[in-house]
Amino acid sequence: MSTKVSTPEMKSLHFQPRTPATTKGDKVVGAVSHTALTIWTLIVILPLLWTFMSSFKTSSEIFASPFALPGEWKLDNYVKAWSDAGIGSAFLNSIVVVAAALVIVMVLGAMCAYVLARYTFRGSRAIYYLMLAGLTFPIFLAMVPLFFVLKNMGLLNTLPGLILVYVGFALPFTVFFLFSFFKSLPHEITEAAALDGAGEWRTFFQVMLPMAKPGLASVAIFNFLGLWNQFLIPVSINAAGPRVLSQELAAFAGQMGYAVDYGALFAAVSVTVIPVLIVYVIFQRQLQGSVSQGTSK
Amino acid sequence: MTSVKTQQSRNDDGLAAVVPAPAPPQVIKRRRKPLTWDKVSFFAVFLGLPLAIYLLFVIWPFIQAFGYSLTDWSGFSPNQNFIGLENYVKIFTDDIFMKAMSNNIVLVIFLPIITIILSLVLASLVTVGGSSKGQIKGLRNSSFYRVVSFFPYTIPAVAIGIMWGQIYDPSGGLLNGILTGMGLDQFKDFAWLGDKNTAMIATMFVIVWGFVGFYMVLFVAGIKGIPAELFEAARIDGAGRFRTAMSITIPLIRDNIQTAYIYMGILALDAFVYMAALNSGGGPDNSTLVMAQQLFFTAFSKGQFGLASAMGVVLAVATLIFSGLAFLVNRLTGGDKDVSL
Repeated sequence: MSTKVSTPEMKSLHFQPRTPATTKGDKVVGAVSHTALTIWTLIVILPLLWTFMSSFKTSSEIFASPFALPGEWKLDNYVKAWSDAGIGSAFLNSIVVVAAALVIVMVLGAMCAYVLARYTFRGSRAIYYLMLAGLTFPIFLAMVPLFFVLKNMGLLNTLPGLILVYVGFALPFTVFFLFSFFKSLPHEITEAAALDGAGEWRTFFQVMLPMAKPGLASVAIFNFLGLWNQFLIPVSINAAGPRVLSQELAAFAGQMGYAVDYGALFAAVSVTVIPVLIVYVIFQRQLQGSVSQGTSK
Repeated sequence: MTSVKTQQSRNDDGLAAVVPAPAPPQVIKRRRKPLTWDKVSFFAVFLGLPLAIYLLFVIWPFIQAFGYSLTDWSGFSPNQNFIGLENYVKIFTDDIFMKAMSNNIVLVIFLPIITIILSLVLASLVTVGGSSKGQIKGLRNSSFYRVVSFFPYTIPAVAIGIMWGQIYDPSGGLLNGILTGMGLDQFKDFAWLGDKNTAMIATMFVIVWGFVGFYMVLFVAGIKGIPAELFEAARIDGAGRFRTAMSITIPLIRDNIQTAYIYMGILALDAFVYMAALNSGGGPDNSTLVMAQQLFFTAFSKGQFGLASAMGVVLAVATLIFSGLAFLVNRLTGGDKDVSL
């Protein structure tokens, strides 16, 4: 980003560094840009900080003043949210469901995309368009019949049922994205693998899959966010089952009207937000590059 | 590359091995590689398994929904009478559903435009807001802004809704705290989500807040993909910042903008989570009620699954119409001209 133009050596040689002279107009534009971006940054960050701060307050402190710092930095609210409100078990349920669904959808999606991208056969186009159709239709339309599909299979209100449905709905995006990725890998490599005597299975798992790692990583990140944030599917087909995080959070907020414990609510929101935020900050470099690949055709 | 043979041709293979009859020449020509167990199992697992899950849990329910929408099925009784388009008639004469639909239309008109303009402006500031002399570069510390702006996208929509519900809280909320702190006492105890004039605007702001960062990152990536020579050439030709943005940047990331527009529009037609978390009952005078909420209520609270399916079909058709219109407008305004590099 910042290129050092005037290093000491350059000065000693009386070398006129070609530093772009900053004009007055540039300074104004720079200042305006920084101001605009700072305002937006504040709009993003203040609500988060406020939520985090409020999560340490008692209800009466919250009502007294929105700005006052908590009297004591105690973890009482977190304990309440984690155990009494069931956020803890919902958190674990979410991790189990999302992790299982993510692994399955990445493996199945990669396999399906690979076959569709590397082999031409009767109906391969049709299958590809069928996948695209799944991307455009609103999930809502499927919820009512899905409820009964799962009920007939005995999977309604169970975590395995939820995992399978997550896999189904994450599949089109995964296939769509990885399709173009596998398509771009050179054909010579498959041929080389075939000449060396690798079968179809081996070629895929030992040659093609490792080559697709960057693509897989970005799809996995987006699938993770999408599934972790999923709300409609669990409230429709898992209403009476073991709740996942977003479900429990909504249920907890729903009861709030009766037993007002805003401190615990803020703590529950913080527990939901902070882990993903930390993971994002660690992996953000990977993500920035992949966004454009992921959404433009 | 390799063509897949049916099970039938595999049997032919086996026969040919036992009876050394000369196979017709064109068959030999077509069948470059014989089907092996490796290949058959490969296709069965690689294509069959994902497709089975997809068909069962995604495509089959979608198809069924169209069927259910023509019945008076209540879900729990075995009785299912075909009633034709009666559900659709009921929907379009139902004032509440029409109100929900008009709210969705408001969302579809405003949400994509506001989000895209805001994120485009922020992305331009980050990427080309730097010096107008020398190398084309962005602002200093711009990656900080980019990383922070993306934060909301990582937060579950439910959590966003609950958080903003508290921020908008009339007495203890952050917003009224700031406004009264600035001396605007008329906002003391003002219920942003409880007043039918402000509920929709307040809700839209929350959705915009949640997505601007994501599209900003998308546009930043798009703008960075434009070769710097183009910006330099424009500058040498005397184009200012605004002119450069309008004539170089926007046409070249047009595909990204179109994708963003369609995604945001589809989201606006749904918007269920935000609405449910901020105003679960549909808001004052149903001012924030959306079709998806009405569908959910009709299906899972009232148990009118036939009617709810019809609402789902209306929602799907609306989505298709919107996507079609977006493509058409892009085509008509010259989007098909190849401006990519």
